[in-house]
Amino acid sequence: MPFWWWLQNRAYFNFIVRELTCVFVGVFAVLTLFQIRALADGPAAYAEFVSRLKTPGFILFNTVGLAALLFHGVTWFKAVPTTMIIRFGETRVPDQVIAGLHYVGWMAVSAVIAWILLLR
Amino acid sequence: MEGSNMAENITLTVSRYRPEEESEPTFQSYDVPYNKDWVILDALNYIKDRLDGSLTFRWSCRMGVCGSCGMMVNGTPKLTCAVPLSDYVSSGQIRIEPLQFFPVVRDLVIDLSSFLEKLSSVKPWIIRDDEKPSSEGEYLQTPAELDAYKQFSMCINCMLCYSACPVVGLEPEFTGPAVIALAQRYNLDSRDQGAAERMAVLNEHEGMWGCTFVGECTKVCPKNVDPAGAIQLYKMASATDWFKSMLLPWGSK
Repeated sequence: MPFWWWLQNRAYFNFIVRELTCVFVGVFAVLTLFQIRALADGPAAYAEFVSRLKTPGFILFNTVGLAALLFHGVTWFKAVPTTMIIRFGETRVPDQVIAGLHYVGWMAVSAVIAWILLLR
Repeated sequence: MEGSNMAENITLTVSRYRPEEESEPTFQSYDVPYNKDWVILDALNYIKDRLDGSLTFRWSCRMGVCGSCGMMVNGTPKLTCAVPLSDYVSSGQIRIEPLQFFPVVRDLVIDLSSFLEKLSSVKPWIIRDDEKPSSEGEYLQTPAELDAYKQFSMCINCMLCYSACPVVGLEPEFTGPAVIALAQRYNLDSRDQGAAERMAVLNEHEGMWGCTFVGECTKVCPKNVDPAGAIQLYKMASATDWFKSMLLPWGSK
């Protein structure tokens, strides 16, 4: 197989992009750890951390990363019904219901976090 | 006229490979009369009957149940008996190649011995610890028990999924979608007692763990077997087995 096999068609390309979004997930996790450490180090350290996040480089990274994470989440929810076969007797729960419930859960968790961050 | 429904001819560009004459495949173009009721297999048979008797390809039932006529059509693996010419009349371009990721024997015929070896390695038959004598009658199965594996039993071994799966191309020893789905067909069959034997074979990197859930196998499957689903379910069964063995080492299944 040539090194550029994943450029052969759209499905292969989307697959590799999907896999690469995991890198952003990992980097965000590490970033969050740094954020927690800055928080623990006191207000000055935290302020310095926040000001570093406001630099153009980080804003660009976070924008691309957000798009990557959304792509990551959507492709995951599209794949989950294939792996989750739930039957009540002889009827199988439809794929859209399983995927839909994941979106509902995602929105619910996001709403709770938004409430904590913005309203409290 | 290209591009209109009144087209008289359509061109098929077909991969040719004659090992006794050449070391690499070449392409040969044929003009075939356009018939809106024809499928690609009809066009290939027209070529063989009227234009070039040396063109070599496999086909049999011409109705999508035997799995013989799989080929790459414009880069996508398809059953040529199930693809109408009318799908391509507007572009006028039809490129036919042998199923990718398999060695080519001649023209559009591939060597499928690797697939057959992988298939027998997973013991695709009912395995019993205890055989019931026929005097005791049949093994009974409820509709729900049938539903548990029926979808995976629809596989016609056409190998389109192997040509769609990039892992098959990158790692030729990967067992592959159809074989793993067929193993599941028996694992999930209530009459079967061989799940542990098959798990031992497939709980390897060349088995189920080679799969990275690209999902193309399910997309190209002409019988809606959903091999990707079969493999992911198998991964979950394997993980569950592992947790059980860790937490309950003394227990038996």
